Amino acid sequence: MSTTDTTATTARRARRGIRPTGRPSGTGTPPAARPGRLTVGTTRIGYEVRSYFRSPDAVFFTFLFPVIMLGIFTAAFSASGEIQPGPGAEAVSVGAYYLPGMLAAGMLLSGVQNLAIDIATERSNGTLKRLGGTPLSPVSYFVGKIGQVFVTGVLQAALLLLVASTLYGIALPTEPEAWMTFAWVFVLGVATSALLGIALSALPRSGRSATAVVIPIVLILQFISGVYLQFNQLPEWMQNIASLFPLKWMAQGMRAAFLPDDFAVLEQYEAWDLGWVAVALLVWLVVGLVISRLTFRWIRRDS
Amino acid sequence: MDQTTTREAPAVRIRGLRKQYGTVAAVDGIDLDIPRGETFALLGPNGAGKSTTIEILEGYRLRTAGEVSVLGADPARGGLDWKARLGIVLQSETESGVMTVREQLSHFARFYPHPRDVDEVIAAVGLEQKARTRISKLSGGQRRRVDVALGIIGRPELLFLDEPTTGFDPEARREFWKLIRSLKDEGTTIVLTTHYLDEAAQLGDRAGIILGGRLVDVGPVDRLGGAEARVPIVRWRDRAGVAREVRTEQPAAVVASIAGDLDGEPVGLEVIRPTLEDIYLDLVRAAGAAAPDAEEAVA
Repeated sequence: MSTTDTTATTARRARRGIRPTGRPSGTGTPPAARPGRLTVGTTRIGYEVRSYFRSPDAVFFTFLFPVIMLGIFTAAFSASGEIQPGPGAEAVSVGAYYLPGMLAAGMLLSGVQNLAIDIATERSNGTLKRLGGTPLSPVSYFVGKIGQVFVTGVLQAALLLLVASTLYGIALPTEPEAWMTFAWVFVLGVATSALLGIALSALPRSGRSATAVVIPIVLILQFISGVYLQFNQLPEWMQNIASLFPLKWMAQGMRAAFLPDDFAVLEQYEAWDLGWVAVALLVWLVVGLVISRLTFRWIRRDS
Repeated sequence: MDQTTTREAPAVRIRGLRKQYGTVAAVDGIDLDIPRGETFALLGPNGAGKSTTIEILEGYRLRTAGEVSVLGADPARGGLDWKARLGIVLQSETESGVMTVREQLSHFARFYPHPRDVDEVIAAVGLEQKARTRISKLSGGQRRRVDVALGIIGRPELLFLDEPTTGFDPEARREFWKLIRSLKDEGTTIVLTTHYLDEAAQLGDRAGIILGGRLVDVGPVDRLGGAEARVPIVRWRDRAGVAREVRTEQPAAVVASIAGDLDGEPVGLEVIRPTLEDIYLDLVRAAGAAAPDAEEAVA
């Protein structure tokens, strides 16, 4: 009953138009403070996450894609036995071997692919122009975007791990050190991916071309960085090229967390090299930050 | 303009505004003051420089030359506190629409220091029935009303409306006019561009006509074009069936004399008081005849 009453009241109010305000007009009163950048940024995270999960493209090609790929790899190679780094070393199933790569791919997709396409689309459909006409700070906007990447990235990793352990019977690490490695590689990798996504969003000239520009970059990186193909079986020159980009290091960090230590010999320099993983990701994080800072505009303002 | 309205600094002050794209001047020297509380309608054909001017005032475009002050600030350097005092309804609607009307408005309300009540705004634009519908599922006219709602949610002192009622049916347009009048009653300064001359006549305290990047006429809507442009026209057909037309301040006397001359009811008799639309079209035609290349240059 009460809802009907409210509707009737609002309808009456509507007939009178907008209610005159109690706000004192003129110059005497100091302007009330705008809500803080971080407060608004936090509310943007919820808004961004909600809009992400309402976009079928994002949910399929970014969120579920690594889970689906893990399923395909596990099924396709189920008959080809286990992967063993050397004689007498501990062996793991193909699914277990590919799980770290899929986690790294998820980080790349949630950050780079998602934000590059999302922001380029928002630029071309007028969303950014509209936001640029409001008192929304770009800082709040980025808090929302990066927060969205973190929330969806965490949910995606959790889903991957859940599916891996329950559906494919992949044993997850039990040592706390492994999870510590996972945690810092994940946080650093997702932050780097998010900033690189913002940076890359400046490249497509229109929302429609965004997918065509972004997907090939992301796809090639996945092929050369040990996500879909076993990294140690790639030719050295390809491994060297991959080392210039962040995905190789994310995948390596994830392998360090999830694979037995015997597998370290399969890496390019026969060690996990976690220090170099951190350095490479930090360098790319700074690159992403600088490019984002220099290129981001609400609109392409003519001079 | 009398002294009482100019005592307070105008909401918008423009001096010698120019905007050049290459060799083409889209805006070619505009001077204009819009006092606080006024509803000002900017009229002109497509490509005349309306939207360029508005977007310079909104801070979206940079000017080539001239002085502009909007709510006391230079729009090219307007900060977030300045933006919080503006409401902007852009010409083009946004396509994104996975949020519902209510979600979108509640979210935008959080950007502002004194937002209006969300339900009140939804009711004011007549979208109560659609509050829980995703914006992408709305019709074009309904989506436009969401744009207007987003423009007023922050309780702006100055509201820019760039062709706000495109795609509205006649009833929705009248509802919209009511809403704009209530905003005006509240003291909101409104700058409106429109293709609908009746809209300008209904809402505008004053109107300006932009042609070829210049403001060719500014004044109260009922005085635009000068007194001459408003002289009533008497039209009829003479004995030979030839259309005749006379402009006169005494139409009744003219009609009486025609009737006397014809010794009967004149065929096709009309007495026309030029509407804003007639006056506007006359001005556009006159400008086109005076400077045929100016129109082309900005087209």
